[in-house]
Amino acid sequence: MAETETHRTIEAIFRIERARLIASLARMVRDIGLAEELAQDALVTALAEWPEAGIPQKPGAWLITTAKRRAIDMFRRNRMLARKHAEIARDPDNLSHSGTEDIEAALDDDLGDELLGLIFTACHPLLPREQRIALTLRLIGGLTTEEIARAFLSNEPAIAQRIVRAKKTLGKAGLNFEVPRAKERDQRLASVLEVVYLIFNEGYAATAGKDLTRPALCAEAQRLGRILAGLMAEEPEVLGLLALMEIQASRLAARTAPDGSPILITEQNRARWDHLMIRRGLAALQRAEELGGARGAYALQAALAACHARARRPEDTDWRKIAGLYDTLRVVMPSPVVELNRAVAHSMAFGPEAGLALLDALPDAGALRHYAPLPAARGDFLFRSGRLAEARIQFELAATLTRNEREKDLLLARASTCGG
Amino acid sequence: MRVMVMVKATKDSEAGIMPSAELISAMGKFNEDLAQAGILLDGDGLKPSSQGKRVAFDGPNRTVIDGPFAETRELVAGFWLWEVKDMAEALEWVRRCPNPMPGPSEIEIRPFYEAADFGEALTPEAAEQEERIRQKIRAR
Repeated sequence: MAETETHRTIEAIFRIERARLIASLARMVRDIGLAEELAQDALVTALAEWPEAGIPQKPGAWLITTAKRRAIDMFRRNRMLARKHAEIARDPDNLSHSGTEDIEAALDDDLGDELLGLIFTACHPLLPREQRIALTLRLIGGLTTEEIARAFLSNEPAIAQRIVRAKKTLGKAGLNFEVPRAKERDQRLASVLEVVYLIFNEGYAATAGKDLTRPALCAEAQRLGRILAGLMAEEPEVLGLLALMEIQASRLAARTAPDGSPILITEQNRARWDHLMIRRGLAALQRAEELGGARGAYALQAALAACHARARRPEDTDWRKIAGLYDTLRVVMPSPVVELNRAVAHSMAFGPEAGLALLDALPDAGALRHYAPLPAARGDFLFRSGRLAEARIQFELAATLTRNEREKDLLLARASTCGG
Repeated sequence: MRVMVMVKATKDSEAGIMPSAELISAMGKFNEDLAQAGILLDGDGLKPSSQGKRVAFDGPNRTVIDGPFAETRELVAGFWLWEVKDMAEALEWVRRCPNPMPGPSEIEIRPFYEAADFGEALTPEAAEQEERIRQKIRAR
């Protein structure tokens, strides 16, 4: 192998192994920063040795053995950390007779658990949201600070700062890097899922444009979702979130026009939906429901997305089912936007008067005071009820509220069809 | 990037010889690793080409050719779809795959075309086609 090719291979191996390597080291040394350094050292050693000696049969086991040996050497040298040294010496995963085969066997049992522990730590509710996101992308996703900065339209020093702060906070908290149990687990899991979905949405909210890094965020979030589904195959909300992301991502290619303007779901070219993603999403949703998770917030949103995904043509959409799902979602995940979407669904299922009645009874209308989709929806319901003069006022109001020029033109166009 | 990873046919696979229990279990473990890495999207095995058919195109003519097909090494016996960061990552995963056949065998990795590959060249026609379809949908 040419030297550059060997280096590329080593880098690929390292990308594959990195998160698990850091996870395993973090649990050993109880410090993410140190774990990352030890992992990096192991890579440097590999880059020095492998081109000569050849790539080992089990490169992952080799990297972990090397890094753990280095950690032990470091502890031995460093008397200040004598206490931690003692802990490691007692560790049953003792490395003194370490054939890689033993380690390999031990790894298979622990690695998943260790990786999950690292994910739970990176998404710890102790950390502000932006820090959780940056740390997760860095440690689990293996993105560089530069890539994270580009994806979040931020700058490198700011992201680096976030990661440093996050590590400091976690270091002070003296965490054990274990997967939390019982009651704490549910709360911590919610934080993990939130981080993954925020990453996905950051990519999904970005409409077209030359910078492909943002769609790459969707791909990264989906990968994280799949990893979590592999590690927690019995958690319905993990599968619900995965289903939601796969189905939403199935529309990535169809949801913007070549000029970058968004295309409504009912007007998208369904042939351009990614049917592999839809199939994967529907399968994950089915598993979530079989596990008793049909009323989970993510599973419900996935079920909503699935109603559109299942319809071959827009007119095949099962709006009654969508209306019913929103009836449940508003209880599980109350929000003014859910209420508004519920009204739209009811108008499609039962007629515009049903939509108007729900809008009039909106529990928290004040929160949507400046939200263009509210008057736009009311205008649509009024228009469909034949109350054109009232509809016109609503469309014009919506046009003044939206900041999107294209949407404004569309609303004004609708206002003008109401006569005058 | 999305890649198709194709397991090429051998005399054994073309003869319909089923893999050993050891191989099935090793493949199961490998598939699990792929899934846990979050890269496995899909995959399956294909029956021998004796059960396949080809359609030859020549101008307006269509001729059906029955399997089996001769060039065994060029046939596909199974495939995966993976979502990976780059070709190097796909290669590394293929290196970790157990030999899928009892004898010597080959696996081929092919990246999918992505929207970005079409660049500016196709945009006007694509835009026009897209617009036509949208009009049609609106008209319904």
